[in-house]
Amino acid sequence: MTDVALDHRETGARALPGWRIAAIVIAAIAVAFAIAWIVPGGEDYPSAAIIPFAEWIGAIMQWIKVTFTWLTRGLADIINIPLQLALGFLAKGYKIGWGESTVTLPRFSWVGVCAVAGLIGYRFGGMRLALLSGLSFLAIALFRQWDSAMLTLALILVCVPICVATGLLIGIWGYLSPSVNRLVITPMLDLMQTIPTFAYLIPMLLLFGNSPVSALLATGLFATPPMVRATVLGLSKVPQDIKDFADMAGCTRRQKLWRVLVPSAKPSLMLGVNQVIMLALNMVIISSMIGAGGLGYDVLLALRALKVGQAMEAGLAIVILAIVLDRVSQAAALQKPEQEAAALPWHQRHFNLIAILALLIGTTLVALALPAFAKVPTEITLTTAPAWKAAVDWVTVNYFDIIEVMRTSFLIYVLNPLRAFFEGLPWLGVALLLGFAGYRLGALPLAIIVALLASFCAVTGLWVQTMATLYLCGAAAFIAALIGIPIGLWASRSKRVESIVTPVIDTLQTIPSFCFIIPVVMLFRVGDVTALIATVAFAIVPAIRYTNHGIRQVPHELIEAGIAAGCTKRQLFWRVQLPVALPEIMLGINQTILLSLSMIVICAMIGTRDLGQEVFKALSKADAGKGIVAGLAIAFIGIIADRLITAWVDRMKARRGLA
Amino acid sequence: MERVFDTERFAMTDIKRPVKLSCRNLWKVFGPNAEGVMREHKGDAPAEALARAKLIGAVRRASIDVHEGEIFIVMGLSGSGKSTLLRCLSRLIEPTYGEVRFDGRDLLKASEAELIEIRRHKMGMVFQHFALLPHLTVLENVGFPLSVQGVPKAQQTKRARAMVDLVGLKGREHHYPRELSGGQQQRVGIARSLAVEPEIWFLDEPFSALDPLIRREMQSELMRLQNVLKKTIVFITHDFDEAIRLADRIAIMKDGEIIQIGAPEELVLNPATDYVAEFTRDVNRAKVMSAASLMTRGKTSAKHAGTVTAKAKVEAFAADIVAAREPFAVTDAGGKLVGEIAPQAVIDLLAGRRSGKAAPT
Repeated sequence: MTDVALDHRETGARALPGWRIAAIVIAAIAVAFAIAWIVPGGEDYPSAAIIPFAEWIGAIMQWIKVTFTWLTRGLADIINIPLQLALGFLAKGYKIGWGESTVTLPRFSWVGVCAVAGLIGYRFGGMRLALLSGLSFLAIALFRQWDSAMLTLALILVCVPICVATGLLIGIWGYLSPSVNRLVITPMLDLMQTIPTFAYLIPMLLLFGNSPVSALLATGLFATPPMVRATVLGLSKVPQDIKDFADMAGCTRRQKLWRVLVPSAKPSLMLGVNQVIMLALNMVIISSMIGAGGLGYDVLLALRALKVGQAMEAGLAIVILAIVLDRVSQAAALQKPEQEAAALPWHQRHFNLIAILALLIGTTLVALALPAFAKVPTEITLTTAPAWKAAVDWVTVNYFDIIEVMRTSFLIYVLNPLRAFFEGLPWLGVALLLGFAGYRLGALPLAIIVALLASFCAVTGLWVQTMATLYLCGAAAFIAALIGIPIGLWASRSKRVESIVTPVIDTLQTIPSFCFIIPVVMLFRVGDVTALIATVAFAIVPAIRYTNHGIRQVPHELIEAGIAAGCTKRQLFWRVQLPVALPEIMLGINQTILLSLSMIVICAMIGTRDLGQEVFKALSKADAGKGIVAGLAIAFIGIIADRLITAWVDRMKARRGLA
Repeated sequence: MERVFDTERFAMTDIKRPVKLSCRNLWKVFGPNAEGVMREHKGDAPAEALARAKLIGAVRRASIDVHEGEIFIVMGLSGSGKSTLLRCLSRLIEPTYGEVRFDGRDLLKASEAELIEIRRHKMGMVFQHFALLPHLTVLENVGFPLSVQGVPKAQQTKRARAMVDLVGLKGREHHYPRELSGGQQQRVGIARSLAVEPEIWFLDEPFSALDPLIRREMQSELMRLQNVLKKTIVFITHDFDEAIRLADRIAIMKDGEIIQIGAPEELVLNPATDYVAEFTRDVNRAKVMSAASLMTRGKTSAKHAGTVTAKAKVEAFAADIVAAREPFAVTDAGGKLVGEIAPQAVIDLLAGRRSGKAAPT
């Protein structure tokens, strides 16, 4: 609604004074409400008319399960091979042979794995990264998280190559046939990236049971989209000259693709790989609910038993793993070939590979004689769990009243009325208003899509839950923007602030969503307030980043022109920098909304009452139909917000000649 | 006085050499159903017809003949269609209408496999932004066209090394493109395009992305290479000075059409339109014009202070003839006397008077 109002003012084409536009908007809302009241069933969707999508999808899933058992079994068996190999070498020890003659190869020694982590860090980022990487692994070992961490790592190591290969192939397909890309691949990716993580788990659980394989597949589905996007984008960005050169050199199509295009696009492909790794980690943690095991499972168990210390420890191990994987894969992505390397003999070029194998095998052999190498000796480990628990206890004892008062009053005076307002909105009125906004910002197709998606949430009987989600997500995104934009502005005006803010938000962005809940739950227990705080912390990053970037990329000439025109500092900011940076800032808000949505859904674990909860309940009952429908409803909220904001930004950019 | 400016009299050395590459009534029209509209007008669509069909004619009714061993330059400002024309000639993009012949063979009828064969063995191309592969070293980049043909590795390396030496990059074989300066990168591009010993060499604004000083150096380098290699060259540029410096013949393009084709001095002396005249106005004529264009044919006086060949540029002998105050004899390539040149004609030229048109006696 505000979008529309702002938009009117922005166009200024009709030169209407502000108050008349406001009157038009209010009138539109009133009309929408009136329609909702007049049309029967316009306010509360009649339960008799609910279309049973959930039952249909459930039936289809059941049919697939029964009919394609052979396929799912086969797929599971195939995926199990590399999975068991990785799990065996990193976590459990690898069994060869059956029955009597079984030989168990020992897993790699933790000493060797730490050393290899350091070596890989050194290869890509020099001594600093070597220390970060090696010491982080050592810390995981010393804080008693080794076994779980290796389980998680093994899953990621198997999953990432599969995702990268699949993503690359789909991306190439999309690049080669733009119509397929536009009509099939892009909409699919949009949907896949807005469907909440939990919703992926349900069909996998149904088809593949509670096992690492289904966790792996769910992770793969979730983590592949960015690779597809990076591939399409990277290949399209290869300069036309290079594409022409490939033709002129007489490359066949295959040669052009694999010897020219893909290698030339390598930098963007590697950034895609980095994103795949981070999403895979995120999802492996969440899919511990369907049998992934590892660190995520530890957190889950500890949270369920309210063992604050253990949850925190495992959560920290996840964060450490995430930071190492992120930094190393980013350094690898930025790696550039150096001269002369190509002229070296084989064993010198592959020195690192040989060293890694030697380290792993050597330390593992030592471990056969020296038990301290096989298993982290308990004498040198330590646990921080009691310390965390003591800290939380101390806070609870001393500040329980204050925290509780803050929490309750926020809940009673702000959140609950807001929730009541949202839940009372008539579905027809909202759908029509969204459609109107879509029409104003884009064109008729956008209006129809937006209105239809909104109606879907009502006709499936999930309107109240949808509005509950919208309320939490909206509140979180609003607060995140309220805090994030000023921080971004501040950072944009001072190098020093930026140099402090950037590493903080980089780290925040690396941390898997799951981990944000842990510390907040300790202090605020379960409920909407906790969900809100965790979501704000998770979703604030793009608001800060895009604001900072948007202001900083305002062309210097414009600022000089402003100064030359005699602007004060304040005028310069409000009349030059902010208007020019606005499209970029809006894109940040868009990201913040999408991140809020994904986090709100995960917060179903701590007792929110919205669509996320529907998905969560469906997961515990393995009810595919309900879970998928609720998941789609969440995705549609995201898509509506994304489409409207993008359309608005495009208009803004077009008007400013930036698009 | 007899002063006829027919094409044959100019540097147009050896127009009788066989035609290597030619196109006839070539069109590239962008927009919906461009082929249909072109067929409807039987290959001669007036500008209004294109505009009515919402089509953009990037190249219109282009006809050129490129002779063996000649440097043929297509000159035009950005958006004039010169790059599009080049890409139609090499079939990097499909022309909408017309004919392209390479060695007398219809290039537009070649299948994809045939086209790949032709490009692998007979065509080389240099790109404005170098188009080097970032993941390959200098040596690997130069060897790449051979590598895609499946030439054995040892032979590839040998040939690539020879080419790298030829362009003066010896010692940088194992550098990656980003470790080289712009001029060096384009040398790699040149070496690479020569690796397959092409019969025709396309250069698409090869020096436009370089600094002026480096650009002059590279132009000299190109002349040096051409003296050794004698390739048939189609060279695209937007820089008229570059064109007259390098060209045997120049085609000037405007709005998709070729408005004049001729040797540099012909363009300077007889610009077909005001547009061409605009380009040639500030050109240093002494550098462009040859003795042939200033001489009086046949009629010779008894006494000559010196002798020049018909192809010699005025710049080369201007100081001598002005100092001598006597006519010079002009001879053809075989040393046969063809005419004489008066000092006054040179002085007029240097003074910027429209010499040639109305030289005083």
